[in-house]
Amino acid sequence: MNHSPILSASQLSTTFQNSNGGLHVLDKISFEIGAQQFVCVLGPSGSGKSTLLRVLAGLLAPSQGEVKIKGQALTGPQNGVAMVFQNANLMPWRSVCQNIRLPLELDGVNAKDAAARSGELIELVGLGGFDDVLPQDLSGGMAQRVAIARALVQDPDLLLMDEPFGSLDAITRDQMGGELLKIWSVHNKTVVMVTHDINEAVYLADRVLVLSDRPAKIVLDLDIDVPRPRKEQVRYTPEFGEFARQLREAIGGREISI
Amino acid sequence: MSVPLSRSYGSDFLLTMATIAQNTSSLLYSLRQRGVALLPFTLALFIFLWYSLVWAGDLRAFILPTPDLVLSRFVEAAGDGSLLRHTMVTLSEVLGGLVLGVSVATLLGYLLAKSQTLERLLSPYIVASQSIPTVAIAPLLVIWFGPGLTSKVLICALIVFFPILINTIVGVRAVPADLHDLMRSLKATRWQTFWLLEVPAALPVFLGGLRIGATLAVIGAVVGEFVGADRGLGFLINVGRGEYDTALVFVAVFTLMFMAMGLYGLVVLLEWRLLGWQRRESQETINY
Ligand SMILES: Nc1ncnc2c1ncn2[C@@H]1O[C@H](COP(=O)(O)OP(=O)(O)OP(=O)(O)O)[C@@H](O)[C@H]1O
Ligand SMILES: [Mg+2]
Repeated sequence: MNHSPILSASQLSTTFQNSNGGLHVLDKISFEIGAQQFVCVLGPSGSGKSTLLRVLAGLLAPSQGEVKIKGQALTGPQNGVAMVFQNANLMPWRSVCQNIRLPLELDGVNAKDAAARSGELIELVGLGGFDDVLPQDLSGGMAQRVAIARALVQDPDLLLMDEPFGSLDAITRDQMGGELLKIWSVHNKTVVMVTHDINEAVYLADRVLVLSDRPAKIVLDLDIDVPRPRKEQVRYTPEFGEFARQLREAIGGREISI
Repeated sequence: MSVPLSRSYGSDFLLTMATIAQNTSSLLYSLRQRGVALLPFTLALFIFLWYSLVWAGDLRAFILPTPDLVLSRFVEAAGDGSLLRHTMVTLSEVLGGLVLGVSVATLLGYLLAKSQTLERLLSPYIVASQSIPTVAIAPLLVIWFGPGLTSKVLICALIVFFPILINTIVGVRAVPADLHDLMRSLKATRWQTFWLLEVPAALPVFLGGLRIGATLAVIGAVVGEFVGADRGLGFLINVGRGEYDTALVFVAVFTLMFMAMGLYGLVVLLEWRLLGWQRRESQETINY
């Protein structure tokens, strides 16, 4: 695996202006992500995970520090970087396939190619037959899968995902995770994925970054040395449990005893 | 003890009101469902009541003409082409005013929605101008632009302006920030963001404004014609009143009514065509 950094963040700080002196969300965050790494970001709710992703996507300029993608300082959204938003963020007036096709439409891809590619992705995310359905008629999980397809249709090098499986049930979630791993390994993508599910992070990632409470710092940068391809059973091994325990401790989840 | 008692009365009251509101809205809904089928009956009832009023009150024709008198007056006015002539005059004033008012208001509304500075700069003037009743400036416009088409078009445009402006601003402002982020992350051009995001997202609210505007425009034209004109349906009403030809007044009033209903219907048709995607959820809730 090639580990020249595709993305590097140095000393990222973000402060949102508000009436009482500003809300300090990110605090001097630095890390590098190698090409084709699968990185998960964990952290307590409201710690700034979405904010970090928005900064990495070039949607939000950091108050301090800089992001480099393939060695180039980021000044705005980049080609080759696709974002999956925390809510599915679909256009309600566009059908499933029209939503998936939007990025191609903006790039001026001709209608025939666009239809073919969106067709493939609809199948991939398991929504075959729902092409002409409007977002209002989709379940939360289906809508999120459309959002994932809309990101994948751009064939990005770097995929930024903000809790993409947040509203999926456990089974579909695992399935989608498996699909994502397949896409990731076959198509040489780099993935940065925010999740709140520790087991999911250990199962999917090469590496997990744990953010602290606001203002968020990186409290743990853990390499998950579990060989790939990972089988379902890997979830029940002691080493898997040990990684999960370390992550839980870093997040600061209090012990609950009954 | 009296405090909790009154409090429970309070919540009971609210509950009752809520139930009434709910029942009323479902009643209205089922009435609308059946409304079309019932139309001949309600129309017959309306005409019957009209006749009874004339007979019971022993009203003379210049106070309240009977429906058949109005009908024969209609046939007469339609037959000699005068009704059509006056209708076309008013209709062109209305349409001219709509085109002018809607385009200026939409353009300005979009700019105001996009620029806080511009809004802060202009909104005091817009609100102030809106507190002047259009009826009050209509005479001025007739003095300045003469009794012809121009002054009426301007009056219509003025009256249409405000609801369109407000609805454009509200519609454009309400475009979800997340969708703007999406378009930015996809490196959409301004033009693409305008056509593929802002227009479709703002359309429902904008068309709501257009519904109001379409009917207001008819009022604007009549106001203008009352103030000074030698043609148009408003003028016809004035003539009818002056000559105690009350049936003619009724003919003109009904024609205006149908014109306004027609325009409203066109907007509803437009909504039906353009907003198919939200037909299911909001047809019953957003209703001006
Ligand atoms: N545009 C903004 N303006 C002001 N404050 C913001 C803005 N965006 C986020 N915040 C604040 O920054 C903090 C972090 O938000 P963020 O959405 O990044 O958290 P998160 O880690 O993604 O939370 P969750 O797990 O609940 O999604 C929150 O307190 C939020 O209120
Ligand atoms: Mg978040």
